[in-house]
Amino acid sequence: MAYSDKVIDHYSNPRNMGSLDKKDKDVGTGIVGAPECGDVMKLQLKISGGVIEDARFKTFGCGSAIASSSLATEWVKGKTIDEAFQIKNTEIVNELNLPPVKIHCSVLAEDAIKAAISDYKKKNEA
Amino acid sequence: MLKLPVYMDYHSTTPVDPRVLETMLPYFSEKFGNAASKNHSFGWNAEDAVAKAREQIAQLISCNTKEIVFTSGATESNNLSLKGVAGMYREKGNHIITAVTEHKAILDTTKRLEKEGFEVTYLPVGADGLIDLETLKAAITPQTILISIMLANNEIGVIQPVAEIGKIAKEKGIIFHCDAAQGVGKIPVNVDEMGIDLMSFSAHKIYGPKGVGGLYVRRKKPRVRLSAMMDGGGHERGMRSGTLNVPSIVGLGEACAICETEMEQENLRLAEMRNKLQNHIMSELDEVYLNGHPEKRLAQNLNISFAYVEGESLMMGLKEIALSSGSACTTATLEPSYVLRALGVGSDLAHSSLRFGLGRFTTHEEIDYVGKRVVEAVNRLREMSPLYEMAKEGIDLKSVQWTEH
Repeated sequence: MAYSDKVIDHYSNPRNMGSLDKKDKDVGTGIVGAPECGDVMKLQLKISGGVIEDARFKTFGCGSAIASSSLATEWVKGKTIDEAFQIKNTEIVNELNLPPVKIHCSVLAEDAIKAAISDYKKKNEA
Repeated sequence: MLKLPVYMDYHSTTPVDPRVLETMLPYFSEKFGNAASKNHSFGWNAEDAVAKAREQIAQLISCNTKEIVFTSGATESNNLSLKGVAGMYREKGNHIITAVTEHKAILDTTKRLEKEGFEVTYLPVGADGLIDLETLKAAITPQTILISIMLANNEIGVIQPVAEIGKIAKEKGIIFHCDAAQGVGKIPVNVDEMGIDLMSFSAHKIYGPKGVGGLYVRRKKPRVRLSAMMDGGGHERGMRSGTLNVPSIVGLGEACAICETEMEQENLRLAEMRNKLQNHIMSELDEVYLNGHPEKRLAQNLNISFAYVEGESLMMGLKEIALSSGSACTTATLEPSYVLRALGVGSDLAHSSLRFGLGRFTTHEEIDYVGKRVVEAVNRLREMSPLYEMAKEGIDLKSVQWTEH
């Protein structure tokens, strides 16, 4: 399968790869996917005053999955929680030129953002 | 000097050996005759060339030259065997036995036969990839007309106990077909000693051209008959009509002759390199698993699962090396390798597998390079893998509630 240049770039130079302290009250962690399906994404957001200050990802999956999560971390940084919540998988598909068989990678990235935000909200409910 | 990219996908196909190509060339031009033309020298030359190829093949697999039918390759040979036996022996019975790890050219054919009213038993395999002979015996019924088991597996390289299967088939008077596309030319084959009645093989897996192969069809004890799939001029004793592809057949013959001469030495060389690659990878990485039986396998095969990294992304990190993966993402079906799944390998590890196929032109330098690059790429992706991180934290991944998608 031929990858787009952007996918190759994110795969070769992943942005914001790594982990944040998941016990930190300001950090929301989203883990989506399943090993049996061949992809698992972990996305972490450090949030302060409703704004995403920092983001990190780790991904088990194909090149498109890695690129989708890497791109997601780039996009959410500096956004408010509400803005980040609006990011649609189709925007990721367009940016990375993902072929139809790889659309689920972008869906996973969108889900990971939402999962990380809701984890943050749950932590800070009390 | 190491030349990139490195080809390590010899199970998929092989380059034509220059010596093979050399013998083929005249048969495209000055010696272009039709082997079926009985009345002039052009035809005779072609016929002689085909006869020589038959001898070279017969020599390699220890059969009579009259027992070889030329086809377009192992897929056609497999189709002809299964459909040909099904058509010819239907009166005798409607039961066929094969195994879950067979090539799709077998499994898709038996699926079609099932639709036509045949009963098919798919034998399971053990964690080592081998069928169990007692299970085979127990599966035989008075209706069984055919057993079809491969010699060596195309993904994991395991070698089935073919001689024992042949013995069981003989005792019960059942025809035994063997898909030997990955075995002929790589390991010694003797159709009599192995009790094989029908055997498929292919040229392009053994440094011959693509689009040609053959089918061994036993003529005595028992005389196997097949209903033909192709109607026409009655070539190949009526089993496969169509003008013989003389240049390719010449190439197949030469490829067999070279394999026969060099097999013993070549297997030692390949095993040494394969073991070196395996040891390199296994000594530098944790949680890597060999797929298939550790000894009963082809010297050129190495199939390994790398826990916590996904096969396609691993191949992407090794783009200067030509490899295959059991990962779903590398197939059209989005399902991980059915062969690995049949061994009981979990989907996660099936997604994480690489198949290394070594061959005649593989060098030690390439082996060292591939070993080093694989270790680097796996380490890099594990650094990126949330699963590896969780495993290192002591989290049992099986206990996690994943969101299936």
